[in-house]
Amino acid sequence: MTEVTLKYIPSGDSAFIIKAGDVISEEVNLVVRKLLARLEEENIPGVIDFIPSYNELMVCYDPAKIGYRRLLETLRACAADPAAILLPAPQVVHVPVLYGGEAGPDLNHVAEHNRLAAPDVITIHTSADCLVYMLGFTPGFCYLGGMDKRIATPRQETPRLKIPAGSVGIAAEQTGIYPMESPGGWQLIGRTPLRLFNPDSNPEFLFSAGDYIRFYSVDKDEYERIAAAVAEGTYQVIRTPKE
Amino acid sequence: MATVIVHKAGLLTTVQDRGRYGYQRYGMPVSGAMDVFSLELANLLVGNDSGDACLEATISGPDLEFTCATWVAITGADMEPHLNDRGIPMNTAVDARPGDTLGFRGLRSGCRAYIAFAGGIAVQSVMGSRSTYLRAGIGGFQGRALMPGDELPLGEPLGKPRLKKIPEGLIAEYKHEQTIRVISGPEAHYFEIAGLRSFLSTEYTVTVQSDRMGYRLSGEPIRHKEGMTNIISAGTSLGTVQVPGDGQPISLMADRQTSGGYARIANVITADLTLLAQMRPGDKIHLKETTLDIAKQICISRQQALLDCN
Repeated sequence: MTEVTLKYIPSGDSAFIIKAGDVISEEVNLVVRKLLARLEEENIPGVIDFIPSYNELMVCYDPAKIGYRRLLETLRACAADPAAILLPAPQVVHVPVLYGGEAGPDLNHVAEHNRLAAPDVITIHTSADCLVYMLGFTPGFCYLGGMDKRIATPRQETPRLKIPAGSVGIAAEQTGIYPMESPGGWQLIGRTPLRLFNPDSNPEFLFSAGDYIRFYSVDKDEYERIAAAVAEGTYQVIRTPKE
Repeated sequence: MATVIVHKAGLLTTVQDRGRYGYQRYGMPVSGAMDVFSLELANLLVGNDSGDACLEATISGPDLEFTCATWVAITGADMEPHLNDRGIPMNTAVDARPGDTLGFRGLRSGCRAYIAFAGGIAVQSVMGSRSTYLRAGIGGFQGRALMPGDELPLGEPLGKPRLKKIPEGLIAEYKHEQTIRVISGPEAHYFEIAGLRSFLSTEYTVTVQSDRMGYRLSGEPIRHKEGMTNIISAGTSLGTVQVPGDGQPISLMADRQTSGGYARIANVITADLTLLAQMRPGDKIHLKETTLDIAKQICISRQQALLDCN
């Protein structure tokens, strides 16, 4: 790993930003996740939350409990050598998707836009592992990297008012999954029966930053079978180590 | 069981505590009281832990009926509270008997009132907090704002409140024109010098689009440097002021998204967020730059005053 220079920037009097770089790259993002692991382990009194993003780690604190000077000192000491922080091997989370039809009304549009046949779009979409760089926007929404540019498609001109939870879409060079029913302008190519966010389950969220997502195609019967198991709480999400 | 029955809900009344921390990395907003300081004061008055769940009423208050004897205290916005048609004072613990009704007659000052009951509101804690997050329908009372007919469970009181009244000096004055202090933000250098100047010299108006997610201000547009409107999506904190392409700043509040893609020009200091949260559409704001050291001093002295009066 190349040498990284970390920058420490206050975000008001209740958060500090540790900035690991100015670009979106797996390398910079890895530093962010290493810092998160290290600082969590440190259990700094007064630190109440962390927000890791592409190239920054935001450290939220209670200014009544810890002064910013002491916090900054502790952060610097913990972050002295990010390369020396070892993370557990990343996991690939396998995500079943029912492509096309009602579940993916824009599959044909994505195919036509890229001069491909619909099955080719599915083959390309299921062939890459996508890194979860960060979560944000809505609870459980993953910012994913790694989508093949051959299926890149601009957003819809008029966003839909209601997109069902689990919808899998494409917006420009990004792919993503809607965790909750919401409005949105992504081109919808399919739907997963998995729940990305369930406050009653443990853990509450299906994905963490640093996971990889591998989509795979299922038919209607398989989709229904998995959806029923998810509803019953008996579905075992498939996770394998990233090779 | 000790409960409070809702007869009228008010404009937007939700259960809130200090907020849901620990899940922002999954994109889960913090929520919680908009004016945390008033929440803490209300709890202290009725003998609760300072972060227990209260009601946050917005602009117009609810009509409530007690099924049990309890203490109740109201802080924050003055909505002219009445117990059985008799006016009761703000910032004071009041005895309530079974069958008593609590109502509100108007809005004298501020925007959000905090209503604390001895024992706190004992709704189920979701992911470590009782705060309502409306957009995902999580926490609070069934994940939503109160409605007529709801019956709120109260917790076991911790003991008789020791503090009867909040010392005068701790009660904020809510005016229609306020100076709000900010600390320079991580992308202050994304803006033209003239843009930064207008940020600190313009009189901003709180717009009607302001809500628990963010306060949208309108005034002279702040100019970004050429092509420097957006950043790589990154974390936001309470009071982060972001400036979209239209140059009109947004101060992010309790229900803010955990991350955003607009340049972060500044951050409102913790002590002044409580004033900002009490402002209404049409109110005027002047932003003033301060330092981390001053912000820290204000925070510590206020915390000390809270400890002293408890």
